[in-house]
Amino acid sequence: MYTEKVMDHFTNPRNVGEIENANGVGEVGNAKCGDIMRIYLDVEGDVIKDVKFKTFGCGAAVATSSMVTEMVKGKTLDEALEISNAAVAEALGGLPPAKMHCSNLAADALHAAIKDYHEKQEKKE
Amino acid sequence: MRRVYLDHSATTPVDPEVAALMMTYYTEKYGNPSSVHSFGREAKQALEEARRQVAELIGAEPSEVTFTSGGTEADNLAILGTAEALSKKGKHIITTAVEHHAVLETCEYLEKNGFDLTIVPVDEEGIVSVESVKKAIRPDTILITMMHANNEVGAIQPVAEIGKLAKEHGIVFHVDAVQSLGKIPIDVKTMAIDLLTISSHKIYGPKGVGALYIRKGVRVAPRIYGGGQEKKRRSGTENTPGIIGFGKACELAGQRMAEDAQRLSKLRDKLMNGIIEKIDYVKINGPLGDKRLPNNVNVSIQFVEGESLLLSLDMLGIAASSGSACTSGSLDPSHVLLAMGLVHEIAHGSLRFTLGHQNTEEDIDYVLEQLPKIVDRLRMMSPLYDQAVHAKQAQ
Repeated sequence: MYTEKVMDHFTNPRNVGEIENANGVGEVGNAKCGDIMRIYLDVEGDVIKDVKFKTFGCGAAVATSSMVTEMVKGKTLDEALEISNAAVAEALGGLPPAKMHCSNLAADALHAAIKDYHEKQEKKE
Repeated sequence: MRRVYLDHSATTPVDPEVAALMMTYYTEKYGNPSSVHSFGREAKQALEEARRQVAELIGAEPSEVTFTSGGTEADNLAILGTAEALSKKGKHIITTAVEHHAVLETCEYLEKNGFDLTIVPVDEEGIVSVESVKKAIRPDTILITMMHANNEVGAIQPVAEIGKLAKEHGIVFHVDAVQSLGKIPIDVKTMAIDLLTISSHKIYGPKGVGALYIRKGVRVAPRIYGGGQEKKRRSGTENTPGIIGFGKACELAGQRMAEDAQRLSKLRDKLMNGIIEKIDYVKINGPLGDKRLPNNVNVSIQFVEGESLLLSLDMLGIAASSGSACTSGSLDPSHVLLAMGLVHEIAHGSLRFTLGHQNTEEDIDYVLEQLPKIVDRLRMMSPLYDQAVHAKQAQ
């Protein structure tokens, strides 16, 4: 059902955890539908210096969260905003059709975290 | 790697004795039971012996057993066949909120086609009250269709009492006994059952075979027309090897039932108690003790999701199932758990273990050793677990 890559990211997820004093945090999904993804960013200048995640959800939810953190580390915010849910799924070698909609939200969580970062910066100014 | 199969409510392995007997009817005694020659006659004889074996396990007469392609077809035959036979008498059907899809979907099909459907609720243990069925009965009720024991949480329903009620009101009573057959005693006479669905592959028989018990005198319109096999109730050349395997499986189940029930209920309780002891934030779903099938364990593990649990268990060779949305094939978790009043997030984290013949104490020990580690790992990743732990510390 899942590709080897999905199973690899599910079994050995990259960047699990929280960032203390993260300057951008994004959360999508809800417990009712069985998926919650939270992404923590440490942004310095315009670059994502560190990123971590916490996810409640199925194998695809965990794997996409892990994958997106790997994809954005060291990228600029503009580059990160260009990553789509579909690109994350593709990087994992694809997801089962049923999972494309319900559990493929990691890029949304990332974008929410970037939005949160921008909002926090504006408040500071 | 150690492999532990704990999904016997999904399907069971075929007993070697059953498989060996079936093989004879594939390669040597392969005649068509409808044929006049000796090949046909030996197949026919074995078919009738199987019918006797099946009937004996449920307290029926052999002539009351109609073989089908499985439980789903038997449910369809019972419900659609009764609806067609009795549509002039009435159009109201009663079922329950925790039925298998083979019953629920069939009832909903009838509802879309001019029948009235009442779906009776269950309590928090998944058990239907006799009183609520009684209240649902109307003068035009023609059928009560419900399960004997629930496939997800193992809840055993008060079928004998509801059977009595149906009889008093002249309503046809159909029971889906796919999960209870061979696990707890069934007697169609004392339980006042008119139609009973059973399936072979849940009791160490082959897949693709089931039966509908039809009490003598009860009218059921056929769903499949053709050569008139099975007393015109189900046309099509009989699946003789499968049916003969089913017969043998019924005979073995009858011999083993009491001992199995005693042994498996001990293992069941060991697994349930072990999970409660070793993992915090868990909830047992379904009733305890005698109201539960001897081989069923169903727990919700909070803050983690069912499919993640299944994948992690599978990597360690442990086969289980879950009622999470990801495994139900829809956006909602199990309709059974929701009907019992579980909130979505608790239902998403449900895990079902169903034990069988081959399971040993060591199998249970292995699960109890591995499961807490899996839960720890997934909770480490879960934002919900943090929140719960923080909330508890704040108190």
